Amino acid sequence: MPELNLSSAPAHLRHGSSIGQPLTRRDGLLKVKGQATYAADNHPPGMLFAVMAVSSIAHGRVTLLDVAAAKQHPGVVDVMTSDHKPQLAIDPEIKTNPFVFRMEVLQSNEVRYANQPIAVVIAETLEAATEGAVLLAPRYENLPALIGLDAGESFVPPVVGVGNPTENHRGDVEAGLASSAKQIDAIYETPPQYHNAMEPHAIVASWDGDNLSVDMPTQGLMLSLGRIAELFGIAPDKIHIRSPFLGGGFGSKGLMSGPPVLGIMAAKLVGKPVKLVLRREQMYGPVGHRAPTRQRLRIGADGEGSLTALDHHARTLSSTFDDFYEPAADASHTLYAAPAIRTSHDAVRVNTGTPLFMRAPGEATGSIALESAIDEMAWACGIDPLAFRLKNYAEVEPITGKPFSSKALRACYEQGAARFGWAKRPLQPRQMRDDAGLLVGWGMGTATFPALMFQAAARAAIRRDGSGVMEIGAHDMGQGAWTALAQIAADAVGLDIDRVEFKAGTSDLPDAGIAGGSAHTATAGAAIHSAGAAVIAKLADLATGDERSPLFGAGNAGVIARDGRLIRRDDESRSESYAEILARAGVAEVEARGTGAPNPAAMEEYAMHAHGAVFAEVKVDPDLGQVRVTRMVGAFAAGRIVNPHLVKSQLFGGMIWGMSFALHEEAITDRRSGRIMNANLGEYHIPVNADVPPLDVITVEEHDPHVNALGIKGVGEIGITGSAGAVANAVWHATGVRVRRFPIKIEELLTQL
Amino acid sequence: MKQFDYVRPATVAEAVAAAAQPGAVYLAAGTNLLDLMKGGVSRPDRLVDVTHLDGLDQIERLADGSARIGALVSNADLAHDADFARSYPAVAEALLSGASAQLRNAATVGGNLLQRTRCAYFYDTASRCNKREAGSGCDAREGENRGHAVLGWSESCIATHPSDFCVPLVALDAIVEIEGKNGRREIALDELHRLPGSSPERDSALEPGDLIVAVRLPPAARGFAAHARYLKVRERTSYAFAVVSGSAALRIENGKIAEARLALGGVAAKPWRARAAEDVLKGVTPTADAFQEAAWRALTDAKPSGDNAFKIELARRIVVRALTLAAAGTPARIPALPASPFASTSGAIHA
Repeated sequence: MPELNLSSAPAHLRHGSSIGQPLTRRDGLLKVKGQATYAADNHPPGMLFAVMAVSSIAHGRVTLLDVAAAKQHPGVVDVMTSDHKPQLAIDPEIKTNPFVFRMEVLQSNEVRYANQPIAVVIAETLEAATEGAVLLAPRYENLPALIGLDAGESFVPPVVGVGNPTENHRGDVEAGLASSAKQIDAIYETPPQYHNAMEPHAIVASWDGDNLSVDMPTQGLMLSLGRIAELFGIAPDKIHIRSPFLGGGFGSKGLMSGPPVLGIMAAKLVGKPVKLVLRREQMYGPVGHRAPTRQRLRIGADGEGSLTALDHHARTLSSTFDDFYEPAADASHTLYAAPAIRTSHDAVRVNTGTPLFMRAPGEATGSIALESAIDEMAWACGIDPLAFRLKNYAEVEPITGKPFSSKALRACYEQGAARFGWAKRPLQPRQMRDDAGLLVGWGMGTATFPALMFQAAARAAIRRDGSGVMEIGAHDMGQGAWTALAQIAADAVGLDIDRVEFKAGTSDLPDAGIAGGSAHTATAGAAIHSAGAAVIAKLADLATGDERSPLFGAGNAGVIARDGRLIRRDDESRSESYAEILARAGVAEVEARGTGAPNPAAMEEYAMHAHGAVFAEVKVDPDLGQVRVTRMVGAFAAGRIVNPHLVKSQLFGGMIWGMSFALHEEAITDRRSGRIMNANLGEYHIPVNADVPPLDVITVEEHDPHVNALGIKGVGEIGITGSAGAVANAVWHATGVRVRRFPIKIEELLTQL
Repeated sequence: MKQFDYVRPATVAEAVAAAAQPGAVYLAAGTNLLDLMKGGVSRPDRLVDVTHLDGLDQIERLADGSARIGALVSNADLAHDADFARSYPAVAEALLSGASAQLRNAATVGGNLLQRTRCAYFYDTASRCNKREAGSGCDAREGENRGHAVLGWSESCIATHPSDFCVPLVALDAIVEIEGKNGRREIALDELHRLPGSSPERDSALEPGDLIVAVRLPPAARGFAAHARYLKVRERTSYAFAVVSGSAALRIENGKIAEARLALGGVAAKPWRARAAEDVLKGVTPTADAFQEAAWRALTDAKPSGDNAFKIELARRIVVRALTLAAAGTPARIPALPASPFASTSGAIHA
């Protein structure tokens, strides 16, 4: 990888620690100048272009491919099919670990879903490969396809999400419902959604003997490395993956999927570097999506509005050949203090690409249903939705009874409501209009997301010139890892950020863990923090053990590292620079490693979650049914905020996603063919700038001594939760019409307005 | 990509000759055609690039009070021509409500008229589509069709024409100037687009080689400038085709409607002129009741072609609203959210 020229703008004036500073992103200048090299920007000499041919049927077999016609097209070099391909070292259907995503890499002529890869055409130009794929003119044996949530008999999967129990309960839900004064029993539906990262999945692969070089966006360098190694039967140290920038991932670039493997196979087949980039519509199948859900919520409350029972059941679907179950009902585990809670899931299997993690998997789908239902319950009890939530505020985690490691949700409610002006909200719906006669409604939702951590390692070094190095195979998906993790690194080694060379984004660096679960800053940050502490300790050993040093005898814990110097804790007039220490010791550099991992003891003892409160205003045309969000305020408490500027952007992004969930996003599946009919960004609607209202984010101060040494909880996904429900509830408040099928469509409102 | 010839004729006559051959199509900005080619929906043998032809990029005011818009004028240039926007405000508003700023900068007047439907089954080459492949069948008819036609459709095709621009144009009796093998001729825009009947593969009345060289608004079109609006209901505030749209233009004299013009978009294979509704409004006082009556008349013949009955009710309400807005008077400035029901939302800074 060419050296990255990350900027350090003059705005990077630091007073005290780097953590907490609102630095602008260090890769920003590269990106606006078009100099950030994404995977598909690589063109090694001799590179060929590969284009996938994909299935237009959802179930059956490929019976004929006109390979001869494709090969005759000028520029076509080869056509990879199930009959003509390099052998893999293991069957890709075998799950060697729970993070294996079953993929279609031409192992048979079977078709399991629409848009499944069925051949790869390799050519000298993209145009030739594209036409070659058309000329294959596949024929099929078409078998009946299973489509949608009612496709067949449901079953109870063994686990949902990543190893979550399918059912959970605490207390007696039926008794709680039976004893309640008010009940609601409602069904909410959410549609299939696709990640639609701006950057399509792409790979540039080149083999040199047994050595493999890969440019590919990935949210999990080490997971990808391990998967490639086992599929191709080569040692991990023969593989080098570069992933310095991702144009978004949202979960779809977490696990190794079929298309990049096809790119590596194609490069092997032709013995030349090969680039394979998915077309937008090809992203609607082999690289995951968010499955649709149908959720039933039954809630009971007593005469005073205290919950007596909460029963949340979710139906979802998975593919016919693999297992991922959107854990939607689990959203009801943590927020509301019902004495009896039950969550359960079931599923059907259909002819679809396997669903996968998509930004807040389970939490997003579950949250819009739960927050809608809580809103309905509050209205049934005649209580303001915020007052109702405060009345049922969970002081301990309801499903487990564990105390929270920290929970500043009350402050989120207070600060968010104050900023929004919630106190003026009329209880009744359809009470407010603007000057133009548009209906105005205010809604809210509670946000929550678990504070997760994975495993990570980092290497830190202090060099002879007093500068620092921090190495970790971290992933910048646009969220700002190049900046936020470098800030943690700077503090960890006691240097200004400009004096630390921060290396990330390649597979030869220590494992940073997966960039997912909103856990990357916490996980990688913990490893960086610990590596920094370890290298400073080594440096301190050099100094405090040397009688020529002014720090002699201070002991390891007797010094602090600041601004490139070790300083005696009890006498700040005695200090020595890193360069002086290393020069005298005659050492080129000191280095140390550190790790980050969840603390099992703390996890046993505490429930760990970030929280927030989102308030939304919508306007609805009373005759035409079109909805527009006009204002949103989100207040979030997520532990220590490493970079307030980037965190705000993350939370804005989440809130916009939530708004999109409530009003816009939906993949439309043809009920007969199983093909996605709007597989493009023109027709798969996500909000455009004109849809996004002024957004206001408050980060609420929260100190958490238990989650990890740095007190970081993560902000990548929480912004969606709460926001989607807030918008849906605002639509109800504006209109008096409760829409329970998302996204909310014009026709749902039109006839009831 | 399929190999094709690319020719760049120097004159209109050369262009017409080059495009008259089977498999040839005109290329202007390509904002629709190139997508169709990339998707394999359209596989022409020859592209006849007309973007360099002289004299097709002018907006002229003719001596008789007509406006003549060259076929290569971009949507953005036309919408931002101050004199044009003042004279035909609903047309400018419709243009600004379409696509995105980038597309409007590229897209041309002639191309806009001839854009193809956005029916997903037309774009999905694995589906049967009578418009894409004559006689193959229509998978939209029993498919995902909440956005499809409610007027003028047939069992062969339920697709809609997606243009915003054409809706106020057809209301204002726009005329299309065509250069063909037998020289220059002109037809009413209302006769350019065809209803599907049993031959939906033919979108328009054009013959092979026919080139639209200009669109003309007749002298009377200017008479509606004080009371003309375009209203577009869509699933996001920008960069989305209309679910249903409507254009209303009124000539009000002494408190009464001397003449009304009304057209609907997103409801049929052509921009839908609602003449029966116009007749109802002639000579009456502009009241809510009159507008309701017009709305019912406009949709008398409508029937759902699938899961789209709501579009009929939506179209009625759009007629009422568009007439109400038009009666209230054309605003001095085109709203920041053109044609949006939220045009009045304060603080909007987007276009």
